[in-house]
Amino acid sequence: MGAASLSSVAPFIAAVVPTRAQMAATLGFHIILACLGIALPSIVLLAEFVGLRRRDETAMRLARRWSQAMGVLIAVGAVTGTVLSFEMGLLWPGLMRRYGAVLGFPFGVEGVFFFLEAIFAGVYLYGWRRLPGWAHFWSGIPIAVSGIFGAMSVIAVNAWMNQPGGFIERAGKVVSVRPWQVFFNHAALYEMPHMILAAYMVSGFLVAGVYAAGVLRGRRDRYHYTGFALGFVPAAVLTPFQIFVGDTAARAIARDQPVKFAAMEYVARTGRNVPEWLGGVYTGGHVYGGLKIPDLDSLLVGFGPGTKVVGWDTVRAAYRPPVAWLIHLCFDAMVGIGFLLLLAGLWSAYEWWRRRRLPPHRLFWWVGAISGLAAIVAMEAGWVVTEVGRQPWVVYRRQTTDAAATTNGGVLVSLSIVVVLYALLGAATILILRTLARRWRRGDLEEGAVPYGPSPAPVLDRTEIV
Amino acid sequence: MAADAVGGILLAGIALYAILGGADFGGGLWDLLAGGDRRGWAPRRLIDDSITPVWEANHVWLVFDLVIFWTAFPSAFADVMNTAALPLWLAVGGIVLRGSGFAFRKEVSRLSLVRATGAIFALSSLMTPFFMGTVIGAIASGSVHANANHASLYAWTNTTSLLAGFLFVAACGYLAAVYLTGEAARRADDKLRVYFSRRSQAAGLVAGALSLGLLAELHSSNRALYRHLTGRALPLVILSGVCGLAVIGLLMIPRMRLWAPRAVAALGVAAVIWGWGVAQYPALLPGTTVTLSNAGAPHAVLVALIVLFGAAVVLIGPPFALLFNLQGRRLLSSDEPPLLSTTDPHAMQDPQ
Repeated sequence: MGAASLSSVAPFIAAVVPTRAQMAATLGFHIILACLGIALPSIVLLAEFVGLRRRDETAMRLARRWSQAMGVLIAVGAVTGTVLSFEMGLLWPGLMRRYGAVLGFPFGVEGVFFFLEAIFAGVYLYGWRRLPGWAHFWSGIPIAVSGIFGAMSVIAVNAWMNQPGGFIERAGKVVSVRPWQVFFNHAALYEMPHMILAAYMVSGFLVAGVYAAGVLRGRRDRYHYTGFALGFVPAAVLTPFQIFVGDTAARAIARDQPVKFAAMEYVARTGRNVPEWLGGVYTGGHVYGGLKIPDLDSLLVGFGPGTKVVGWDTVRAAYRPPVAWLIHLCFDAMVGIGFLLLLAGLWSAYEWWRRRRLPPHRLFWWVGAISGLAAIVAMEAGWVVTEVGRQPWVVYRRQTTDAAATTNGGVLVSLSIVVVLYALLGAATILILRTLARRWRRGDLEEGAVPYGPSPAPVLDRTEIV
Repeated sequence: MAADAVGGILLAGIALYAILGGADFGGGLWDLLAGGDRRGWAPRRLIDDSITPVWEANHVWLVFDLVIFWTAFPSAFADVMNTAALPLWLAVGGIVLRGSGFAFRKEVSRLSLVRATGAIFALSSLMTPFFMGTVIGAIASGSVHANANHASLYAWTNTTSLLAGFLFVAACGYLAAVYLTGEAARRADDKLRVYFSRRSQAAGLVAGALSLGLLAELHSSNRALYRHLTGRALPLVILSGVCGLAVIGLLMIPRMRLWAPRAVAALGVAAVIWGWGVAQYPALLPGTTVTLSNAGAPHAVLVALIVLFGAAVVLIGPPFALLFNLQGRRLLSSDEPPLLSTTDPHAMQDPQ
């Protein structure tokens, strides 16, 4: 991007920077909890299933403990999710005024699934001690299912912002809407599976990471190996599917949002035999520090080196995403981490196939320990690509971000408060999870751990005596 | 016609949030007023036990209402959000602090931390309904203008709005106390039953007085609304008053059936909200020309929302019944012994 275009874009963006920063901060925080809300129930249920089916006390104990952590995470997620629904109106009244009727329907669908999730979470999380085994297991299934459908609904809205359709607008006013066309818009078909798989990878690798860290500290026991495997295996199995979906999505973006794709891949000028850049910073018409692979981008887009790829030269500078290097590096980070996680999965699969064990090497457990954080980084980077890549549009080619933003002042104040509050919230959440873990470790020594039996700890709850 | 139906759905959603979520907020009020660690242990424990499994499901009504509002009446939604940005931000802050304070209190073990998280939970339980009340008051008093693009301080700090804020807090406390009276009775805990029934009666009287004050205030601030409240909405206004008095009376009967005072109290609060809706109809933003029908989204969206609401009733009605049933039969409880009991050894010797 040239200096001239930068100066024309800068004031245009600067006006809404605090608003965007606040949305990015709250959404970036919530999305981690959302991932856990979508996928953690399935992992807990997997552990409970193994526990019930094989009468495996270790798996059962893991399920009980994870569900306690899940309770905290779902509660914090519900809170931060509510903040976002307020922010839709408080930060983006322009968007809601014009398109609220269009993007509202998927949110309404999400509301129904949110209800189901919250209701069954109440039953599942607090039903451990009193509900019979399989009845308790089945009460958790709706949480997992509604997590997936709820995620589909919310992603439908984001996909619609990237590929708006299903409505007719006259003179800046929406006059007719086809709700299901809005829901299953063009981008929904690849955004939905991409994000849901990401949620499962983040949750699975995070769970695995906790126990891998334990193994690294010398806790090489069945409890830690089981905990690791119950998170790692599903996440690793889904990784190749994620890479396939991501690749399909990238090709679809090259077609649907060519300017975003151009920023992702540093395609300055439309042409054939476009090279692929790995890494590198684009400035002043050059890429510095990147690895250039000739023809690869064309090959990836259309399976032939002669494929024409659209560059950002096709639109006016004001309609290009502002920071191509950020989009590109985030895209590379996401893809790179995806492949590293694939390798980790293949490594463990190989060991299992040859020797029926998990890899004993310290390096493997280090990779396992950081896999969850890596998956979070990849997912956040992916969202930066999607969201920054769509700029300056909030609704692609329909409404610019600054037209959507609030005209009320004081966003800097709310941004500052939100950052402080969320930092505290994040710290408290981690602190609580650590407290739980410590308590569990102490309990290891004294706990009889009989699934569905009477509580092993002394009964302090006087309602028990009745 | 479709817009009117969605307006009805929105009002029903607000009533449900006020009744279910409101009772949870009220729990925070009584938690705050329960006194020191020792004296307040028993009521706090009951509040905690009663809210824990259900608060999240109750909270979803808020999100549901927001979504219905912005989908069905996008422009009016933007007007309210712009005008009342400050109290809405404060309510949001309250929601963050409250949800996390409540969730964390269950998991922290040190007494000082239990106190701190408990205080956060209790104070934010007051903040949220108060500021939400001022926003409703701002709408009712006609202070939200069409095509508003700036926040207005006056809109929510006028007497009507502030009275509405206090009324919300009182109504939450009232609902919670009535509900907790029932919970205490279910546990055959006569001491707590009397404790909360006294508070129910007091909160009911305060809420009633605030309602009458608000009505008198509307006489000067929004004459049209006042006229309708004493006109076509009068049956609902009377119903709410009768319900309030009936609850106070029912609670005096020591062997009262558990469900009766709760149902009547919920009906009374619903009657207040429906009275407001009926009196305001067909205006969406009183004092402007914005009505349900002219601010409504395109027809297909409204129809989709009605269908969605029908589906929601069918899909979530039975699970909600299941949740409340299990909660009522006390089949749901925290996995491990609740920590609050461990903080006060005295409590363990408390005879049943």
